[in-house]
Amino acid sequence: MTPDPGPATAPAAPALDAPRAAARRAAARPAWRDAIGRWLPHLVLWPPLLVSVVHVLGFTGYTTWMSFTASTLMPDYEWVGLRNYTAVLNSRNWQIATDNLLIYGAGFVVLTTALGLLLAVLIDQRVRGENLFRTIYLYPMAVSFVVTGTVWAWLLNPSIGIQRLVRSMGWGGFRFDWLVDREMAIYTIVIAGAWQASGFAMALFLAGIRSVDADLYKAAQVDGAGPWRIYRRVVLPAIWPIFIAVLVILLQYTIKTFDLVRALTGGGPGIATQLPALVVYDLMFQRGLLGRGSAAAVMMLLSLLLVLVPYFGFMRWRRHREARHG
Amino acid sequence: MADRLTPARVLIYALLAGFAAFYLVPLLVVVLNSVRTAEDIGATSVVGLPRELAFGNFERAWGSYCIARRCEGISPYMWNSFLMVVPATIISTLLGALNGYSLALWRFRGDNWVFGIITLGVFLPEQMKLVPWTLVLRDLGLTNTIAGLVLIHVVQGISFTTLFCRNYYTAIPQELLKAAKIDGAGFFRIFWRIVLPLSPPILIVTVIWQFTHIWNEFLYGVTFTSGAQQPVTAALIALSVSVSEAPQYGVQSAAVLIAALPTLLVYLFGGKYFVRGLTAGAVK
Repeated sequence: MTPDPGPATAPAAPALDAPRAAARRAAARPAWRDAIGRWLPHLVLWPPLLVSVVHVLGFTGYTTWMSFTASTLMPDYEWVGLRNYTAVLNSRNWQIATDNLLIYGAGFVVLTTALGLLLAVLIDQRVRGENLFRTIYLYPMAVSFVVTGTVWAWLLNPSIGIQRLVRSMGWGGFRFDWLVDREMAIYTIVIAGAWQASGFAMALFLAGIRSVDADLYKAAQVDGAGPWRIYRRVVLPAIWPIFIAVLVILLQYTIKTFDLVRALTGGGPGIATQLPALVVYDLMFQRGLLGRGSAAAVMMLLSLLLVLVPYFGFMRWRRHREARHG
Repeated sequence: MADRLTPARVLIYALLAGFAAFYLVPLLVVVLNSVRTAEDIGATSVVGLPRELAFGNFERAWGSYCIARRCEGISPYMWNSFLMVVPATIISTLLGALNGYSLALWRFRGDNWVFGIITLGVFLPEQMKLVPWTLVLRDLGLTNTIAGLVLIHVVQGISFTTLFCRNYYTAIPQELLKAAKIDGAGFFRIFWRIVLPLSPPILIVTVIWQFTHIWNEFLYGVTFTSGAQQPVTAALIALSVSVSEAPQYGVQSAAVLIAALPTLLVYLFGGKYFVRGLTAGAVK
């Protein structure tokens, strides 16, 4: 059990020397209050800020350092240079994981963006029941990847899911067994991922479309442009920053994907749906290779920075430009 | 404005309804299976109407089904999740509000750096923190405890909550603060009297975001706890592993539904704030 500063003991201490404290307070109130007034904000303000900063920098630094050491089951501070990195990069597990990351990333990002944009445009057509549709499209974002993965694992399981259903309806030769097919299993993660995240993309696109200047619409309508032409020529060009935001968010998701695969395929069949995040976990906690696991984690971070650094640079540039042009 | 049903309109509604079906099918499957018997599902598929209503699935899923050789259903894990998510959400939101307030309104030297680093915490992959957290939890004696998960989620959550609150508080005009300072109000008085009354919208967004994220989190739960201490997401995975020999899709569906219910309810009742959190966290 955890040591718990029980409520029974906590108030007792001040109660004991309460009279003394009261006397002191009466004697030296102004100075005492001033000091508290000056220092208390700092005492309250700095610990959480410091904890956050130390946690981000310290943990990143520690794991990076570990990645250059001979650590196995326990941290071991013998420096081994890039040995962990070459070992990970040369392992079949990691090569499959990175290949999968590219396939899954491309499929997931393209499908989710396309679905999200299509849904946003459809909902933007002044439809009845807009709120109902939005609620339905976005609810997957409220459930965990574990739940999503578990349920899609049933639906895609050929012996109990969609394949079985279609066959029982009379189409005996129907095949939909991607989940157990080494070549195709990675696409089941694309499907489940897009199911979960496309409503989110829709919400972002819709917010963007709705914020397009009404005058632009009117001008295009006056010019006699039809609705699809207006989207292509006016709305979509106006919301291109949203495209970049969606792209960055989805790429970030891709690189971090872990729960979904654990619940949907467990990385299988075999290691056919292995992803970097699973390799890290496997190295660190199943094989007890902390050094190599840390090296894999650092490479995950580097790939993330490859996405985020240009994005933040771009955001900065845009802010500067907006500031200059008013 | 009359909704005239031109062919184009019909096509739009047909597409909207078709996609609605695509998003709803998994939920529908879980709801229907949760009241179907194992024999019923085994004889057909996971997609189908119940032949008889087997409400017993919920009872078993909640209280008696065996997960990793403990036959108490998912209820102990649900409590674990609640014991984790409630304190972690409240504490991280309060600290985030304070952080956001001091970063947005009490500028100090290097504040932008501090904010930048905290924001990095939002993006830092969990994998970079697994080993350090293992050591920290061990040194604090919090290995395999809910308290350990609360600590992790508070520290991790401060990044998000600070980001949300800071961006919200920057809209508060500095003049308001100056006036209050001239009146002799200090750091806490201003927070309490001026900032907090303006905060309910962002606090609701933050609480919903934190609750949903912490409830749904899996990697920390499965890495830092085992057996009876696990949150419900980790228990669901253990459940699917333990039933793989003799699948009990009915009971499992009931368990999945129960585990997903808290965040689904939060979504249904706080939808507007949920979406605001998603987009605020994303576009900023």
